[in-house]
Amino acid sequence: MTDTTVNPISGPPVGTAAVAPVQAPPARWLLLMRRPTFGIGVVILAFWIVCAIFGGSFAPHSPLAQDLLATNSAPSGAHWFGTDQLGRDVLSRVITGARDILYVAPLATLLGTVLGTALGLVMGYLGGAFDLIASRLVEAVLALPAVIIAFLFIVALGPSTLTLILVIGIIFTPLIARTVRAAVLAERDLDYLPAARLLGEGPAWIMAREILPNVLPAVLVEFTVRLGYAIFTVATLSFLGFGIQPPTPDWGADIYANYAVLPAGYWWDTLFPALAIASLVTAVNLVTDSVEQVANG
Amino acid sequence: MADEVSVGGRSPESCDGVTLAAQYRGAPAAPAAPALAVRSLDVAYRVRGADQLALRNVSFEIARGETYGLVGESGSGKSTAALAIVRYLPRNGRVSAGSISVGGRDVLGMGQRGLRDLRARHISMVYQEPGRALNPSIRIGGQLTEAIKTSNSPRNEAELTAAAETMLARVRIPDPRRVMDRYPHELSGGMAQRVVIAMALSATPELLILDEPTTALDATVQAEVLDLLAPLRDELGMSVLFISHNLAVISQMCDRVGVLYAGELVEEGPAAELLRAPRHPYTVGLLRCVPRPGQRKDRDRLDAIPGFLPQPGDKAPGCVFAPRCGLAIDECRTAPPPLFEVGSGHVSRCYRHQVAQDLPLTQSPLASPVPMAEAEADADGDAGPVADEGPEGLLVSVEGVSKTFQARGGSVRALRDVSVSLRAGQTLGLVGESGSGKTTLARILLGLTAPDPGGRVTLDGAELAATLAKRPLATLRDVQIVFQNPDSALNRRATVRRLIGRPLAKLAGLSGPALATRLAELVSSVRLAQRHLPLKPGQLSGGLKQRVAIARAFAAGPRVVVCDEPTSALDVSVQAAILNLLGDLQAERRTSYVFISHDLEIVRYLADQIVVLYAGRVLESGPASAVFSAPHHPYTEALLSAMPRLPVAGEAAGDPADTRIQLAGEPPSLSDAISGCIFHTRCPRKLSSGICESTEPGLLEGEPGHLIRCHIPIGELRGLQLSPGGTTPRNSPGAGSA
Repeated sequence: MTDTTVNPISGPPVGTAAVAPVQAPPARWLLLMRRPTFGIGVVILAFWIVCAIFGGSFAPHSPLAQDLLATNSAPSGAHWFGTDQLGRDVLSRVITGARDILYVAPLATLLGTVLGTALGLVMGYLGGAFDLIASRLVEAVLALPAVIIAFLFIVALGPSTLTLILVIGIIFTPLIARTVRAAVLAERDLDYLPAARLLGEGPAWIMAREILPNVLPAVLVEFTVRLGYAIFTVATLSFLGFGIQPPTPDWGADIYANYAVLPAGYWWDTLFPALAIASLVTAVNLVTDSVEQVANG
Repeated sequence: MADEVSVGGRSPESCDGVTLAAQYRGAPAAPAAPALAVRSLDVAYRVRGADQLALRNVSFEIARGETYGLVGESGSGKSTAALAIVRYLPRNGRVSAGSISVGGRDVLGMGQRGLRDLRARHISMVYQEPGRALNPSIRIGGQLTEAIKTSNSPRNEAELTAAAETMLARVRIPDPRRVMDRYPHELSGGMAQRVVIAMALSATPELLILDEPTTALDATVQAEVLDLLAPLRDELGMSVLFISHNLAVISQMCDRVGVLYAGELVEEGPAAELLRAPRHPYTVGLLRCVPRPGQRKDRDRLDAIPGFLPQPGDKAPGCVFAPRCGLAIDECRTAPPPLFEVGSGHVSRCYRHQVAQDLPLTQSPLASPVPMAEAEADADGDAGPVADEGPEGLLVSVEGVSKTFQARGGSVRALRDVSVSLRAGQTLGLVGESGSGKTTLARILLGLTAPDPGGRVTLDGAELAATLAKRPLATLRDVQIVFQNPDSALNRRATVRRLIGRPLAKLAGLSGPALATRLAELVSSVRLAQRHLPLKPGQLSGGLKQRVAIARAFAAGPRVVVCDEPTSALDVSVQAAILNLLGDLQAERRTSYVFISHDLEIVRYLADQIVVLYAGRVLESGPASAVFSAPHHPYTEALLSAMPRLPVAGEAAGDPADTRIQLAGEPPSLSDAISGCIFHTRCPRKLSSGICESTEPGLLEGEPGHLIRCHIPIGELRGLQLSPGGTTPRNSPGAGSA
């Protein structure tokens, strides 16, 4: 090739004069940061995480200290959220009650996400008989109420935080697998999969390195959605007595312990733990919505 | 702005159009007003808080009865113009300056009611994908009567049905009553597009906007649809705005043409004159990108337009095309050029319009062009240097391969007893319409689809395993593919470095510095740059993405590369560069190609051998020059005649529809057993003796290596196809090599 060429697109390498023809889109996390709902959600979430980790050191009282002379006392300067039936400080119990739920729920969700993603990838990519059988099993599990399945397991295994994590994680697995499978099916028609097979890549590589990065946004959204549900499930199980066991401070268990005295006008025993659950679930959902919108668009 | 000249030339035909239209509709509001007048139109899209102009100061007029073509590549703003005319811009788009009037009505000032009336009665649009324009859950009849109802005064059911049937008959749909009972998915693409056209015409609009109406269709179907449109336009006295990237289609359909580049109308004029003697360097460049009859990969390189479209938003002070123009002078870079009148009704937005056709070539001629005499001998199919190699020169051989897919309700015979062969360093062109089995054949060669037991695929004489899982790495290395659509073929989460580096590591077994060296070589051999390595496909243009895909295919030194329509997703100017690249790589490395394409000009440019497939059967095969010159199989003859062609300087413009061979009906369903010749249901040269229906013809050899599956003796076919008064295809034989 001689030098008579002008500005070459198929001569020497392009790009000496040319600019990259398409601008890089702004990073996803930057888009996330610009959303106010995401900010609010993160602030509330951060507050509860700080409570969970350091709550013991700044709670005004010990969450376990009973004062049988001051049971069910109304909110006051000494006890901002009042005291419960055993005279324990409600504020301190709400602050320290964040601890267990904030590690049980995310760990359970993480377990479910990992297992569900793996199952969904295999179902979606391999297809065929495996997919057919696994899909029916998933549907069978989905047909039963989650709390009932949880009961069965907890009764069989005995209540402990480890059981709680395992049970919620396993209940979430088919739910997440179904979502991931749908995302994988959308990828399966794309030509980069036969291209990878033509390079001699095996199924494990193709699933983990080719498909997984492309379905990761869907997995992330699924994780945040399920986290909200997990918090609710943990609180529900604790309320029913199958979750975190007394006397460990826990919002669900505290509502259970005190809701009997609600008709007598002792509303603070129940209201504040309930608000704590509501604020945490709301915060997670605010974050979820933002993540979902950024991931999808 | 002051230098703007008026751009609304009218031809005598368009005056006829005025009277016709007036008669048809009973004289609309302003009889003197043009069907469409767009003046100084600016359209802006709001992207991340900033306005970006998609159209800048665009003015054109369409007279009544006239067909106006708008040509441009992706990003030129041609679809934006169509959307602005019907006020259907996306939410973030708006007309920021200028005016649009349809038949004298100001479109931009209309309220919702006026707009509804405009869209219902005065303008119709036909889009590229008929499948997406029809509601999948409503029968054709229901959709059509709905369209008739909205544009006309309500009538009773019987009248509506009759009107719908008339509309379908008008777009030459056989048996309209049956089609009205079908759902859209039960129709072929060509049928569905006719239905969409029938719906568009049911309002007898003044202006019909066709946005790439045949791009998604096969060649013979495209030809039918185009041949259908011209008489309908005359009959109904419509004006047509025809939007396309395909210059040949535009030249066939349009009276006048406007060329859009980066949102500006850079040239406008009578179609024949503009395409034969363009006066803007962009138009000149665009026309040079298209392979012409007579151009061959071993003799001519295609000329590409260097550089890229300007980024939306970055506005240079001078001419928009200056950064890519070989003729640009200082003036071009400082002040935007006005429209210069360069002929009667022909304007060019270029200071250098007088010398536009002297635009320097961007491609040097091939380093050592094959001398003409030798090239001709080669083109004649014998005595070429490669052909001498004998059977040991055969690289790939497919023998008696069939493929039957099991589908609901029976089996589909996608391929039946297909044999093809390919020599080292040569290109085998696979030609055929959708459903012909060309992609299935390629997938069998690659090992992605297992053929029915019985056939053999050999590489260098050794039989290849049917499935990829059973093929050793060495075979994977030898057979690779470049897919049609790089967006689908490249993992969008992977960087260019990983996309190209992975085959080097996996197939070529390289690592460390050796890999880095090979990677750098590979990147420069596909004309990418090092700075592209950390980027992901989403950050590259279509042409660059396809280069990455080509680099991946060539990474481990393949001996055969399947190219499955590698340029059909690309713009014309990029297509030329990719074809040049494929030609260069083949010349350097003696790689063989299996080149699948529906574009016969590209196949003619690139292929040495051609196989014509129809409904899973080989109908004709042979050296490229032999297949492109008579005698042809009647199907090949029809394909060639369906090819829209650009006017050539010094050639009289004939009406292409006169000589086009129309194929009746649809390709046969692959699930039915067909007796006799597979093409007999549509063959225009079917013999009256009935042998075509009863007995399948064998592949007969005419010239050495040139096989035709037809009962008509080859000598007779030649006589029929060369006879001057007969249905001689327009692409007369040998035009290439003569």
